[in-house]
Amino acid sequence: MQVFGSLFPTGLFTQPFMQNAWIAGSAVAVVSALVGFFVVLRGASFAAHAIPRASFAGAAGAVLAGGDTLLGLAVFAALSALGMAALPQRRDQGQATALVLMASLGLGALFLSLGQSYAPEVYALLFGQIVGISRADVMAILGLLLLALLASALLYRPLLWSSVAPDVAAAKGVPRRRMDTLFLLLVALAATAAVPVVGALLSFSLMVGPAAAASYVGRSPGQAIAVAILVSLLSVWFSLIFAYDTGLPVGFFVAAVTAVFYALARLWAWLVAIEETQRGAA
Amino acid sequence: MSSFLASLLGSPAVTAALLIGSMVAVTSGAVGVFVVLRAQSFAGHALGDIGSTGAAAAYLVGLAPLYGFISVGVIGGLAIEGLGNRARERDIATGIVLSLMLGVGALLLYILTQRSNATGGPVSILFGSIFTVDPRTALPVALFSLAALLLMLLLYRPLVYATLNPQAAQARGVPVTLLGALFMVALAIAVEESALVAGALLSTALLIGPAAAAVRWARSVGQAMVLAAALSWLTVIAGIALAYQSYVWPPGHRGWPVSFFIVMLVLAEYLLSRLGRRPRVIARKEAT
Repeated sequence: MQVFGSLFPTGLFTQPFMQNAWIAGSAVAVVSALVGFFVVLRGASFAAHAIPRASFAGAAGAVLAGGDTLLGLAVFAALSALGMAALPQRRDQGQATALVLMASLGLGALFLSLGQSYAPEVYALLFGQIVGISRADVMAILGLLLLALLASALLYRPLLWSSVAPDVAAAKGVPRRRMDTLFLLLVALAATAAVPVVGALLSFSLMVGPAAAASYVGRSPGQAIAVAILVSLLSVWFSLIFAYDTGLPVGFFVAAVTAVFYALARLWAWLVAIEETQRGAA
Repeated sequence: MSSFLASLLGSPAVTAALLIGSMVAVTSGAVGVFVVLRAQSFAGHALGDIGSTGAAAAYLVGLAPLYGFISVGVIGGLAIEGLGNRARERDIATGIVLSLMLGVGALLLYILTQRSNATGGPVSILFGSIFTVDPRTALPVALFSLAALLLMLLLYRPLVYATLNPQAAQARGVPVTLLGALFMVALAIAVEESALVAGALLSTALLIGPAAAAVRWARSVGQAMVLAAALSWLTVIAGIALAYQSYVWPPGHRGWPVSFFIVMLVLAEYLLSRLGRRPRVIARKEAT
């Protein structure tokens, strides 16, 4: 135990704020990977990027009004998800996403300049700060985890259908528009959980990276979800250790580690493809 | 009114903002039409963020942010264009490139804040402040705008063909891949310029909003480009005038951010264009 302990920097597991970070980070990893599976399946990276980013304005607004930051995040995440679902989007889903994101960021810039908030606080919201997670945040994030698990369990089949074969799903009575809205709300849920921990800019790394890596490795939806959750947990844990050790922003490590996993997965898929063609030739 | 105009034009910071803002707006609007028609909003947005990482790097080594924006933006645009052929794969590849660059950007901005003990630089890279744009960037911005618009002029005919009818263009031997890459260069220049001026977070508004409205109103792609450039230009001018006026507004007479006004005007244009029930002539052409 003594030897094991000396491998890690002191306080990594014993500091109260680090214990909060471990619990909250792991919960966020699971939620992001779960929602991320559908993000990758639907090719909705832009929405996964835009919703956490847009929710930042809510946090800035909450700081200005003296309200609860997490509540501000949740309200703006949900509103932007509903806005994206409401705007007409025939060919380019991105147009609606971009405009809702811009509207929200415009408000965010206004709130920031009116509030003259203490810049480091804003910085922490953008890039994530593990030191700042309170016990109350942990409880709220665990609540969001529970909600996300419940929602994914309920929506799993229709969402999977509408993502893979939207026309077939519509014919079978799964309304496309409603599934779009529910999916975006699920992203909003994940964003609300992730932004306080990883930051508004890099929450989407956790939603896109692990699930994208898993899509090259998993051979069934269940496998892909399991791999995504595993990769996501590993990414968060590595990032927490690195961030604690170096004092650098945790978001940087999350982005870097998930990108490495994605590259490894693509390499793996490439090697498998080569082996299969060779076997086919022989 | 005339005294307002006189005081507006009397301030050197505002004249510089109007001049540089106009060039950037016209370029963004014209290039944006193809972004809308090619459904590349995500790439257009991602380039702004990717470029801001380049700007942070330039800041760190003491170069003008414009060069960081443009060089990293062009490289990033070509990377997005090169990774992934199918739509969904391209979406994910764009996401991963963006995620990695945002991460690196976070690191660079963190180092900057540690070093300078002030968040002014990073915040201005992220949110942009047209009134603090260095007037000396006017010349490089003018040259880059000219380059982007010339490139669009050269590419115009084949690009319209390849955009509205990619299969037929490919069958007739139009170099679709090369066109896509060259368009990416023009797009990167337009986005990075406006990211410098309006902020990386808000450059997307100028790129997509006026163009999306113009595509609905115009009868041809060329007309849409002119209309989008004009709309975008008016938006920037009005945004700057409102921001200047807002220094006498509550609370605190500190002025409201230009970005806020520009974005709200863009949003109004977009929603207005959606109100009319006129058929999308360009979209119908695309079907034939």
